[in-house]
Amino acid sequence: MSVQVVLPGVLADLAGGAKHLDVDPAGGTLADLLDAVAARHPTLDRRIRDETGRVRRFVNVYVDGEDVRWQGGLATAVPDGAVVQVLPSVAGG
Amino acid sequence: MTDLLAIGTRKGLWLARSEDDRRTWRIGEPHLLAQEVAAVSIDTRRDRPRVLAGIQYGHWGPSVVRSDDLGASWEETESGAVRFPEDTGAALARVWQLRPDTADRPDVVWAGCEPHSLWRSTDGGCSFSLVRGLWDHPHRPTWEPGAGGGAVHTVLPDPGSDRVTVAMSTGGVYVSEDGASDWAPRNRGISAVFLPEPPEYGQCVHKVAVDAGDPARMYAQNHFGVYRTDDAGGSWTSIAEGLPADFGLPIAASPTTPGTAWVVPLVADMERVPPGGRLRVHRTRDAGVSWTESGEGLPDGAWTAVLRDAFCVDDGDPTGVYVGTRDGCVYASTDEGDTFTLVAEHLPDVLALRAVRLP
Repeated sequence: MSVQVVLPGVLADLAGGAKHLDVDPAGGTLADLLDAVAARHPTLDRRIRDETGRVRRFVNVYVDGEDVRWQGGLATAVPDGAVVQVLPSVAGG
Repeated sequence: MTDLLAIGTRKGLWLARSEDDRRTWRIGEPHLLAQEVAAVSIDTRRDRPRVLAGIQYGHWGPSVVRSDDLGASWEETESGAVRFPEDTGAALARVWQLRPDTADRPDVVWAGCEPHSLWRSTDGGCSFSLVRGLWDHPHRPTWEPGAGGGAVHTVLPDPGSDRVTVAMSTGGVYVSEDGASDWAPRNRGISAVFLPEPPEYGQCVHKVAVDAGDPARMYAQNHFGVYRTDDAGGSWTSIAEGLPADFGLPIAASPTTPGTAWVVPLVADMERVPPGGRLRVHRTRDAGVSWTESGEGLPDGAWTAVLRDAFCVDDGDPTGVYVGTRDGCVYASTDEGDTFTLVAEHLPDVLALRAVRLP
């Protein structure tokens, strides 16, 4: 199984400079995918999820263009060949 | 001799140095730019001083980073230096306080965090363990967040015993006499104007400082009220007489001169500005019996505020006093608060100041 994770530039340093990661998760959900990312890049995972496993409030995750908040959250299905994009939401000041 | 002043702001950290006994300061380039730095410490117990910063990456969450080369490079523990255990179901929201312990406990560093929690590191701040005794305290579910969030914001380890004192907003003062295992509230005498009756706990104590001469004597700036205890929090008495206002956020005590402490009065909770727009410190030399306004060099027309950790003292002789404002100015005094000079201006909101003397 192969899933492509697309990172914003600000997070790429935490993945060795890569903005695209090819990930082979153990299962077919977003949680499985992020667990696989965490195993390789624990600090990157902490930017995306807090220690309870929840995706941070101002981080948006899209699976094949769909916001997981309106899908199944961490249980959202991530099929083979999917593109998962991580983006910061509009916030700040 | 170099004096080093760490300035944590809402959008980064600056380090200022003085090579002439704190008369003039040179401020460097920003570190951790665009990150909130709500807590900073400079641990001088190590071969090389370690700067610890509690930061907020904005969208990407809080963390603790460290530098052993005065900001030339920063390290971050991969799994997170402060990380709530899974069984708590909690997540770190902000690091409010980083406090190196005493010289004879050289690798111990304390962290006060939001949600209300105390953490202890035995490896110089690389990793912290949750202090379960306070986390599991039966009062914790009823500690409410203050306006800035619910946090342990003050940690005071006693150099001569196993006593640890913390303060939190809200919750008040809690003390452990056994090295942070068992905790009890010690707020008798401290008001809580937002509650109908003075409670055993739940006060919004903004900051606590320990007297130089007696570790059981402490001073507290409360959400209305300034207090002193002479028995490690067993009871508190008002020492606000003589101040222009009893509201404020910081309080600091001289580390060398008993009875000497400073506050920065603000008008009130709904009017968090200096009285008349005159930013001044008020100093006591007699443990709060009387107060004297001082601060030549601090501005008039200053409709700003000084946050609880944006005020500190150093261990120089005489004691240096440092003031940081929400409008990004930092002032330093080398005469215990009589006169101040401007160290920096046009910075983001100043959240935390720490000053040390480097050999």
